Amino acid sequence: MARKITYQQAINEALDQEMSRDQNVIVMGEDVAGGEGSPGEQDAWGGVLGVTRGLYHKHPGRVIDTPISESGYVGAAIGAACVGMRPVAELMFVDFLGVCFDQIFNQAAKFRYMFGGKSETPVVIRAMYGAGFRAAAQHSQCLYNIFTHIPGLKVVVPSNPYDAKGLLIQSIRDNDPVIFLEHKALYTMEGDVPEESYAIPFGEAAVVREGHDVTIVAIGRMVQKAQEAAAELQKQGIHCEIIDPRTTSPLDTDTILESVEKTGRLVVVDESHPRCSMASDIAGLAAERVFGSLKAPIRQVTGFHSPVPFSDTLEELYIPSAAKIIAAVQSTKEYK
Amino acid sequence: MTKTLTREDLLKAYRTMRTIREFEERLHTDFATGEIPGFVHLYAGEEASATGVCMNLTADDHIASTHRGHGHCIAKGVDPVGMMAEIWGKKTGTCKGKGGSMHIADLSVGMLGANGIVGGGGPLVCGTALAAKLRNQPFVSVCFFGDGASNQGTIFEAMNLASVWNLPVIFLAENNGYAEATSSKFSVACDNIADRASAFGMPGITVDGFDFFAVYEAAGAAIDRARKGGGPSLVEVKLSRYYGHFEGDQQTYRAPGEVQAIRDTKDCLLQFARRVTSSGEITQAELDAIDADVKALIDGSVVKAKSDPKPTEADLLTDVYVSY
Ligand SMILES: Cc1ncc(C[n+]2csc(CCOP(=O)(O)OP(=O)(O)O)c2C)c(N)n1
Ligand SMILES: [Mg+2]
Repeated sequence: MARKITYQQAINEALDQEMSRDQNVIVMGEDVAGGEGSPGEQDAWGGVLGVTRGLYHKHPGRVIDTPISESGYVGAAIGAACVGMRPVAELMFVDFLGVCFDQIFNQAAKFRYMFGGKSETPVVIRAMYGAGFRAAAQHSQCLYNIFTHIPGLKVVVPSNPYDAKGLLIQSIRDNDPVIFLEHKALYTMEGDVPEESYAIPFGEAAVVREGHDVTIVAIGRMVQKAQEAAAELQKQGIHCEIIDPRTTSPLDTDTILESVEKTGRLVVVDESHPRCSMASDIAGLAAERVFGSLKAPIRQVTGFHSPVPFSDTLEELYIPSAAKIIAAVQSTKEYK
Repeated sequence: MTKTLTREDLLKAYRTMRTIREFEERLHTDFATGEIPGFVHLYAGEEASATGVCMNLTADDHIASTHRGHGHCIAKGVDPVGMMAEIWGKKTGTCKGKGGSMHIADLSVGMLGANGIVGGGGPLVCGTALAAKLRNQPFVSVCFFGDGASNQGTIFEAMNLASVWNLPVIFLAENNGYAEATSSKFSVACDNIADRASAFGMPGITVDGFDFFAVYEAAGAAIDRARKGGGPSLVEVKLSRYYGHFEGDQQTYRAPGEVQAIRDTKDCLLQFARRVTSSGEITQAELDAIDADVKALIDGSVVKAKSDPKPTEADLLTDVYVSY
């Protein structure tokens, strides 16, 4: 039965259900419980924003707090995965991947191929990403494009509670390393989520809205902004089709390209910096494969080629807005 | 050895500690109104550490700080008025409102920056110290880091590097007992962080971080040694943070009354005032005058920060090489 819960609760529920189903599933990270060794409450935090709260008492011994040693514990999660555990390591902010990048992209990502298919690494690395919290340059990046670039990693960017639960369950059951990225501005978003367990396969985009004029591909939180824009554009008689890839690796190119063939126009919305981004990647794919269907130049709506600024006025300018998406869509319609 | 403190030094130390306290207490109050954006980590309770260390430094020496950086900034000579504006996200801030609380930096006074990445500062001070060494300059570099950060690979690597290159670096571990909600009793595998020094071939010492004089002496000896080419040291100060990890933290992991007991008995300002007044070096009236001065300074900084302009669109793409 479906009922309304938040994105944050959906993630907690997915972890809880998978931990109950499979004793090999463990959760580790800094303050995923909190209170370790302290005189007060245990499970004092349940993650910095409370996402893993309650799991510590429900699954004794399997919610493991770590010292601040990302290379150490992320690497340990990867090692445990090599011998059949299914660890979910939490990196808190995706920006901290900088500290443990080697373990992820030289170790976990490479094993299966480099060892000639002799090993599997069913590890999940969860982290929050994105701007909007006035958290400044070292706590606001997106970085899914960096992981997407690395063969061997799967990259998941759920845009709503339903997808968050189903994709996290799939991530835990998947036998490859998965980077699971949660936009911090989505944690309070509510949506219909079934109580029972379900997995959403990777590489299947969702057509969030159907339309015949312009295709908008939007990543993560940008799906919401695209929906705002599409509702407004509808009033102007412009019918947008919104596609949420849900996983950037694997990427469902078929759904994206079929839509572009139908509409002839493409706008890609990506919160990250513009260079070597998902926006430029998807634009490149469309330009190469469905060039003949395009009626207008492809437009990319992205953040800027600058670190994420602190001050609210600058950060709001930095984040792609519905207004910018509307302008981009209009420009593809007006193109002659 | 460490130079003896003059009356002026004592007044300066008290003023610095009081400025940090007032700055942080004010932020604590103002944060509760919801007007201050972002994450704010307060240094209240730890003033003797930054002050005791930085009283031994000049503007040519460098420090690297942490997410809990306001105290280090003030003690190293960063202007509190600019800092307040920065925290409020204003164009007049130390970093033009682009960095915020976690990224206040001022290279002109040797402050390499607060840091949003735990353990980020260790390697950086090896670089500033290497530069001083190669240029034959008598400058030292201090890396402040927490008990949590002490478990980060960057800190271990930096300690080893500083030792093998014989660099003028002081690793200043501020052990306040917690990293977020995790106790150092759990996260640090040895009894004292300073015990790790011997593994890196450097001296290590643990001191009472509520006692300005103890910090001043211990840090002074390490700094003196580094300046003379004696190489790096690890100094651990044990102290406590008076507020949550960040503003908004409910702190249920702490024991009830834990902070109050410390405030009542060990507070660094209380201890300092008691010692210098009972020795007759400074009068209570002099301390009161400093308190009033500092309060006016911080009040003024808030009034200014509130009315200062925010950065605008024209500022978005300055200070970055944009080719796109
Ligand atoms: C690389 C990295 N990991 C984790 C964090 C999140 N984080 C910020 S402060 C902090 C605790 C730091 O504890 P400690 O070093 O003891 O400093 P304190 O907060 O006590 O001053 C953590 C885990 C971070 N900012 N950077
Ligand atoms: Mg600490």
